[in-house]
Amino acid sequence: MYPRPAEYNTGVNVYPPPDAAASLSAVIEATFRAEHGRVLGALIGALRDFDLAEDVLQETLITALERWPQEGLPTNPAAWMVAVARRKAIDRLRRDQALARKQALLVGEFERERAGAMDNDPLEPEAISDERLKLIFTCCHPALAADAQIALTLRALGGLSTAEIAHAFLVPLPTMHQRLTRAKHKIRTAGIPFQVPAAPLLAERLAVVRPVLYLIFNEGYAASAGDALVRQDLCAEAIRLARVLLELLRQTPAVGEDPETLGLLALLLLHDSRRAARVDAQGELVLLEAQDRARWDAAEIAEGTALLARALAQQQPGPFQLQAAISALHAEAATAAETDWAQIVALYWELERRLPSPVVALNRAVAVGMAQGPLAGLMALDQLRLDDALSDYHWYHAARADLLRRAGYAHEAHAAYERALALCHNQAERRFLTRRLAEVATDGLRHSG
Amino acid sequence: MQYLLLIYTQEAIEAALSPEAQAAYMQGYFAFTKEIEDRKLLVGGEALQSVTTATTVRVRAGKTVITDGPFAETKEQLGGFYQLDCANLDQAIEMAAKIPGAEHGSIEIRPLQSYAPPA
Repeated sequence: MYPRPAEYNTGVNVYPPPDAAASLSAVIEATFRAEHGRVLGALIGALRDFDLAEDVLQETLITALERWPQEGLPTNPAAWMVAVARRKAIDRLRRDQALARKQALLVGEFERERAGAMDNDPLEPEAISDERLKLIFTCCHPALAADAQIALTLRALGGLSTAEIAHAFLVPLPTMHQRLTRAKHKIRTAGIPFQVPAAPLLAERLAVVRPVLYLIFNEGYAASAGDALVRQDLCAEAIRLARVLLELLRQTPAVGEDPETLGLLALLLLHDSRRAARVDAQGELVLLEAQDRARWDAAEIAEGTALLARALAQQQPGPFQLQAAISALHAEAATAAETDWAQIVALYWELERRLPSPVVALNRAVAVGMAQGPLAGLMALDQLRLDDALSDYHWYHAARADLLRRAGYAHEAHAAYERALALCHNQAERRFLTRRLAEVATDGLRHSG
Repeated sequence: MQYLLLIYTQEAIEAALSPEAQAAYMQGYFAFTKEIEDRKLLVGGEALQSVTTATTVRVRAGKTVITDGPFAETKEQLGGFYQLDCANLDQAIEMAAKIPGAEHGSIEIRPLQSYAPPA
């Protein structure tokens, strides 16, 4: 992936110095990516056409690659991009007689351009309004399928190419292309609005946006298959987008500092802080209790816990704040043995009450096993209603196997690990389960021998 | 933008309502219709007779084939529709959620095709 300039979306962007001509195209591409959401938002706002906006922005990149090396970087790249892309859109609409109707919409733009406004006056930095929040709500509209929401958000806000998104999600390029095309077609044809929902709807729609960012992060975090670097970038992108969302909401009078979005960002940072310790030198998965805590990212933990404290101070707890609180308790424990499992069990109960899910219940049972011993954990596990989703979930059997192993039932643990292995398709997790299986097999022999 | 809001419900559930509940249910439809009239969203709409009165027609190899009932056996049946002129999908969703049938059935929102007038 392209290098990305440091950008925290406070309106201040730091561009890497264009030191060599060879690196200039990389700088231009990085600039385009960093400004993608802002520029695309402004273009969709003006053109009311997602596809057209994307196409002309793509053409604008080509123009920039030709002109910037000679003319230098514009003072305000985003404004330059919007101005050039808008002109391209107008040219295209003028050429395309079949789109005569849309042309009428652009008469205002066209008149302004003919008057030379865009040619002569370089746009002020404030001249392009930030439409990214509208863009987020369009991309994460509940009328779009979840996988389309994720892909569109990465494409439109993150500036990732279709090929990069396909690669990251291990989907063939034509499939991803079709997914994006279909979603954009629905946005246009079904009249999905380009707007920030009004107050009564806003909370409901935000509850759709946050999980999209969380899923993007998880796709990068879950050490499933694929290119490690691409996946790392998904985590970074999710964190960046969560920062953008938080900042944009802060600027929205009706919302201010949204506690659940703070909770989301805190959760992502706290998870991300453990990324280096999750995999050992051989690339094998390391469970939380066995991780080298010195390798946890202290800065991310500090930021995550501070954000969480700010969220909790608002006294409107929600699922993301609760998950962040659980993650923070792990982060705060100096050693695995010092983990406040009783508090974690209580938080899982609260989370389960708000977000009933077999996976949350499973995590609670595992926490009970840590807080009160493996037998209590097994009892909690056996109380779960074993629906199909959970009985086919390899972590359920892995958790059960681990509790059985710790309780001294090597034989039963062996069977449960085998069941987990049969259901698990992730290579790193399979290797981990195979190691555990071998351990209980040895333990079993030792006990019986 | 114009949308068709197709109301799919289980006729058995509606038939099983007590007379009082039936009256309240109908009252809900009257109130909804009044709201969309007042808000100038209503283009048209009708309730349909029971699916037991449906007839399906197909023409295959020039031959008209007629069968009793709807073409697919589904749990929910099309019971009526509204045609609304809404600002966007969000408004159509807002209105769909107010249709009394949405509480036990489902509303399918379909944007209408609009063909550009010939130049």
